[in-house]
Amino acid sequence: MIEKPLADMAPGEEGEIIALEGGEKLKSRLRALGLAKGQRIRNMSRIGWGGPLVVLVNRAQIAIGRGTARKILVRVEGDE
Amino acid sequence: MNNNHRARSESGETGGRAGVDVLLVGQPNVGKSVLFSRLTGVRTIASNYPGTTVGYTAGRMRYGDENYDVVDAPGTYSLEPLDDAARVTLDLLDGAKRIINVVDATHLERHLTLTLELIAQGKPMVVALNMSDEARHLGIEIDAGRLAERLGVPVIPTVARTGAGVRRLILAALSLDIRDGGVKGDGGHPGHHPHMSHHPAGEGERSHEHIPEVKVWSRVGEIVDEVQVLHHHHHTFGQWLEDLSVHPELGGIFALFVLAASFSLIRLIGEFLIAGGVGIAGAPWFQVPFGMEPLFNAAWKPLMYRLSAGLGGHGFLHHVLIGTLVNGQIDFKQSFGLLTTGLFVPLGMVLPYVFSFYLVLSLLEDTGYLPRLAVFLDNGMHHIGLHGYAIIPTLLGLGCNVPGILATRILETKRQRFITATLISIAVPCAALQAMIIGLVGARGLWAVALVYGILFLVWLVIGVVLRFTTKGFQPELLIEIPPYRLPSPRALVSKMWMRIAGFVAEALPLVLGAILVVNVLYQLNVFHYVADASAGVVNYLWGLPKEAIVPLLLGIARKEMGAGMFASLALTTKQLVSGCVILSMFFPCIATIVVLFRELGWRDALKSSGLMLAAVIVTGTVINVVWPS
Repeated sequence: MIEKPLADMAPGEEGEIIALEGGEKLKSRLRALGLAKGQRIRNMSRIGWGGPLVVLVNRAQIAIGRGTARKILVRVEGDE
Repeated sequence: MNNNHRARSESGETGGRAGVDVLLVGQPNVGKSVLFSRLTGVRTIASNYPGTTVGYTAGRMRYGDENYDVVDAPGTYSLEPLDDAARVTLDLLDGAKRIINVVDATHLERHLTLTLELIAQGKPMVVALNMSDEARHLGIEIDAGRLAERLGVPVIPTVARTGAGVRRLILAALSLDIRDGGVKGDGGHPGHHPHMSHHPAGEGERSHEHIPEVKVWSRVGEIVDEVQVLHHHHHTFGQWLEDLSVHPELGGIFALFVLAASFSLIRLIGEFLIAGGVGIAGAPWFQVPFGMEPLFNAAWKPLMYRLSAGLGGHGFLHHVLIGTLVNGQIDFKQSFGLLTTGLFVPLGMVLPYVFSFYLVLSLLEDTGYLPRLAVFLDNGMHHIGLHGYAIIPTLLGLGCNVPGILATRILETKRQRFITATLISIAVPCAALQAMIIGLVGARGLWAVALVYGILFLVWLVIGVVLRFTTKGFQPELLIEIPPYRLPSPRALVSKMWMRIAGFVAEALPLVLGAILVVNVLYQLNVFHYVADASAGVVNYLWGLPKEAIVPLLLGIARKEMGAGMFASLALTTKQLVSGCVILSMFFPCIATIVVLFRELGWRDALKSSGLMLAAVIVTGTVINVVWPS
């Protein structure tokens, strides 16, 4: 079990969201998109040079900026 | 259907729209607009990305002998008043008699959070389980009856695209008892509700208004586990394409391919509609006697010659209607009469491109590619103070600046809206102007066309960087849902194309004709001499254009394509034509755009934007003149 920010997940990696950081407004927007505590999440893609990530939550694809992805903490099963 | 209309609200309509019989509420991109047009017959613009409907649309549904006011609320993820969409929806909820909550059957767990919030509002409500065909296709099986029991409200599976289930939905919505559930005024405490009391389980869901979000999610999880079964299904071609489109490297290549293919297709279709096969790179191997140009020459020109002869070949009326004869001939591009150039430019040169542009754009919109493009442009757009999603208003601006600027509402902050709208109004030429640029400048060589686009892109970039560092405010990051790829629905596509093209003809034609009339009359009165002399310092000295070029530049404020059309009669060098087209693109947006710019940004920001525009156009015109050796 490894805990790390979503931004550090490698493409293809799966995990579970364990915490959201940041302001209430941002957290609320994240939850509305399904990025809520306890949800399963899979990193589909990470664009180079600090670009956004595309993640899969509840079978929906979400594009999310790298900085925002640092505020989402995930627990990844297995070893690095 | 017998319906009770006396349940008018007496209180609690502070900001709400009174007397809404049916309110459509749902998260972005669930097909509310498509369903709305099914119910009311009102044509709407629906696309496959979140945020297509900004503000709300109202229409009227006729059922049996009764009329019902139907309102399509903007897509909102929740009722927490954190953004405009949620606030508008809350306002509308106040005055609504019944709600149709549109949910996406393929992502039930995400959409039920809003459903629970809505149920807590205590209004009579039906859930439309939309895209149920797509869900089935993906191996998602939902027990609608069981879901209705759990929620305590009717649940009707629908497919808004095809109309399946819509009739049942209307019936269910109209049979809701609105006698006292209609409007409560105290903002969401349901009180006693006869319809609900039949369902004890529903009663259970009604008290969750203030429970923490985590609880809502677990509650939603429980419901979904109970009503939904996921079957294994094979990776479809669509999903394979979805994976490819966001792949870190291959996705970028795919984006370049899509953009290149789109531009080629726009040009190919545009030229074909103008000149038949000959228009396509002047290909004599593909000659089809088809197109607006052959049509004008064969059908309209003889009539014009007869009229010209009838008017005696000169004089005031001849000048206004036919214009000037070029070597004794009527030239649709240069004569500049009301019935010659005035009709040929908008219908013969511009309309074909407007059609082909919107056809390709609509396909990009409806398949769902645009949010994926936003992912790849995100990095680049951050350098001009924006994020990737700003590409959507910008692309719309390439069709017409007006909807482009309106679409900036999909961006989160005022700062982003200011930057995007300013950039569109200065450096994004509309399809009408582009058609003329391709037609006129293209005659001097494709490199010249590329130069016009290149300079405008550079201007867009430089102003963007300047605005990034000078505009105050917060720069948010990209955070959007990427919809699945969908096959465009022919019905929605035709409806959207029709609205956009009819809109172009209805708006452009009167303005073009009016502007030509005024210009022709003023010419005869010799007014332009004074204007040309007065502006010669900038136009001639700084920009290196003949001083008469001020007339097309001013005319461009009425309609850009007419400004460009007038360049044709000025005998410009290639350098002058290129810089003239760049200046025309930048020098004040057209009047319709100016109006929208002031309305959307407020006069203070709009004036700021205009000041920047004037500085930019003077500098750009001068730089081209100095750098380019004549």
